[in-house]
Amino acid sequence: MALETTEIQEKLIETFGSKVLAFNQDRDIFSLEADSDIITAVVLFLKNDPALRFHFLTDLCGVHYPDNEENKQFAVVYHLHNWYENKRIRIKSFINGSKPEIKTISNIFLCANWMERETYDFFGINFIGHPQLKRILNMDEMISFPMRKEFPMEDSGRTDKDDRYFGRTTINQ
Amino acid sequence: MSDSKINMVAPPEGVVGEGFFATKLNDVVGLARANSLWPLPFATSCCGIEFMATMASHYDLARFGSERVSFSPRQADMLLVMGTISKKMAPILRQVYEQMAEPRWVIAVGACASSGGVFDTYSVLQGIDKVIPVDVYVPGCPPRPEQIVDGVMKLQELVRSESVRRRSSPEYQELLASYNIQ
Amino acid sequence: MSELLLPPEHRYAKIIKERHNEDGSELSILNLGPTHPATHGIFQNILLMDGEKILEAEPTIGYIHRAFEKIAENRPFYQITPLTDRMNYCSSPINNMGWWMTLEKLLDIKVPKRVDYLRVIVMELARITDHLICNSILGVDTGAYTGFLYVFQFREKVYEIYEEICGARLTTNMGRIGGFERDWSPEAFRKLDVFLKEFPIAWKEFENLFERNRIFIDRTVNVGAISAEKAMAYGFTGPNLRAAGVDYDVRVAQPYSSYEDFDFIVPVGKSGDTYDRFCVRNAEVWESLSIIRQALDKMPVGNEYHAEVPEYYLPPKEDVYHNMESLIYHFKIVMGEVPVPVAEIYHPVEGGNGELGFYLVTDGSRTPYRLHFRRPCFIYYQAYPDMIKGSMLSDAIVILSSLNVIAGELDA
Repeated sequence: MALETTEIQEKLIETFGSKVLAFNQDRDIFSLEADSDIITAVVLFLKNDPALRFHFLTDLCGVHYPDNEENKQFAVVYHLHNWYENKRIRIKSFINGSKPEIKTISNIFLCANWMERETYDFFGINFIGHPQLKRILNMDEMISFPMRKEFPMEDSGRTDKDDRYFGRTTINQ
Repeated sequence: MSDSKINMVAPPEGVVGEGFFATKLNDVVGLARANSLWPLPFATSCCGIEFMATMASHYDLARFGSERVSFSPRQADMLLVMGTISKKMAPILRQVYEQMAEPRWVIAVGACASSGGVFDTYSVLQGIDKVIPVDVYVPGCPPRPEQIVDGVMKLQELVRSESVRRRSSPEYQELLASYNIQ
Repeated sequence: MSELLLPPEHRYAKIIKERHNEDGSELSILNLGPTHPATHGIFQNILLMDGEKILEAEPTIGYIHRAFEKIAENRPFYQITPLTDRMNYCSSPINNMGWWMTLEKLLDIKVPKRVDYLRVIVMELARITDHLICNSILGVDTGAYTGFLYVFQFREKVYEIYEEICGARLTTNMGRIGGFERDWSPEAFRKLDVFLKEFPIAWKEFENLFERNRIFIDRTVNVGAISAEKAMAYGFTGPNLRAAGVDYDVRVAQPYSSYEDFDFIVPVGKSGDTYDRFCVRNAEVWESLSIIRQALDKMPVGNEYHAEVPEYYLPPKEDVYHNMESLIYHFKIVMGEVPVPVAEIYHPVEGGNGELGFYLVTDGSRTPYRLHFRRPCFIYYQAYPDMIKGSMLSDAIVILSSLNVIAGELDA
């Protein structure tokens, strides 16, 4: 493969210094962590650099880490793909738990629009500068964010399931 | 004609004489209704694909008098709810039901429509009988086309034996009132 | 009517007010969906129309949002396959196999060649059914019901093959970590042979019915065209992208399940319009048939149908009933009490509609910490308003069915 991970790493460190870290290739995809305030710059750099050319946004999603320290409770994960060299990269950006916000990349990739809306819908992560940040899958009336770990999977208003008969009263109040 | 395989529906019980046949109005109406149920497919997900198979050449629901799929609720008799109904969808389902004219019947096809199925989550309505009354439940995830046909046949039995006055009975009014449907 | 649909501050209200047509006609708002019979699934689009021309569209989705990702966080790994089935239910075996391959990547399991080939066969069958539904429904939407009724019989034949393999028709829940639950029966191979003989004849006829059909061409050529650049920006993958002329296919770019052993063409279109999408899918069906034939020819002898991974592969049922050790393993595997490494992986497969990806984060417990599905439909459906702008209402329906948006996959 022409595009080596070391090359990507060097280029990124050269441009962003210590704000990109935790380079890692032990599994399938070369991954790194980027500081949340430079995320648009990193994505833009990866997309536009003539040697890197990560021109396709494969996926964007959020992860909730409630047990982490305050500043790392949410992560937004970007998967980019360079079709010319057939190289994938994963960028993870941790953000604050009580005020989760990060800059949008929907102006860089058109397809990020709905993916960011979905992430907002699930986690309540605020994408600054998004043209239409509102719920996409759930009802507009919903107030909580269902994919956060503390949110119960089952509907709390159910009447047909008496937990005493299922031996689950300890977990599901 | 004699070698064709057409099965005629048996006439209801009655008195046969020369040039006349006397029977109850109920039975005749039931017979007519049961064999010309116009389905309204309310297909949302996987079960809808199996319904496509039910309507297509292999299983052919048309054999049971449900030839014409009515996509307008106004002209449909039988609402087939196929697939997961989320809470976002529930008011729409209810509106479709309200738009149907009496007499109307509902079949909940598949586990999701009957009880929420495997999707025991915050976003899924746990069975459509929370919002509209249901006549026949078809189990399966998704049910095989044979099962859907069986559900329709079960409904035909119900329709055949239903009294013409049932829809104005106080019990029926009470049932609708319990769903807040006027 | 428009007051009922939209609040007065809606952006359409402003456009309607400011627009003055020369003939004095007004713009109108049309609500298409969510249960419109022509939309094959539940999507709502509020259209702003000038006569029959669409000026703006505003899609609403989420009508069958079932919270797959939330459920996945609460289920052991084995219990997640039924969820993948119900995502793109037109080609569920691809989803199943994609999920097993994700787990095999996580657990570093190498599966035997024969399993790879069997998987390829079943995935290509699924691709055939997926494209078959899409193309025949496109025929229905342009007014040709016959093609649909004709080729649909062959979808039943594929389902019979699935039944021989796993017992289910539509939502197959097929396979295990490391292979299949049982070896394929001789009957399955026999049915496959019959299918390979009969289906090409029917598909050829189907193709003849449409490909040079004046009405069909008039309805589809230059309808809903999308350029390659735009398609890539919108995250298109799969046949819809290839119709625009980009030859990206996960099967070639990142071969999984021994796809590199097979010789096949990635068909591409040129203009990215509805007709090209139809033709690309048609051509892919032929390629799928050829891949299945190659897989049958090259199939290694033997009856190996799973990898030797007793820690993750469910023991045979009869042993579970008679053998203590097997029972323990069965219980442990089903309850998810098996060692799982802490990792983050992403595994893509070429689904019926494009790159279907599984992004899995594990923390060593019995359930995934986070599982995100990259659902191709969800990503490319956002281009729909852009694609129908300026076209007729009836074209919008045709474009939608040629995109093959599956509601289950769209809403997750």
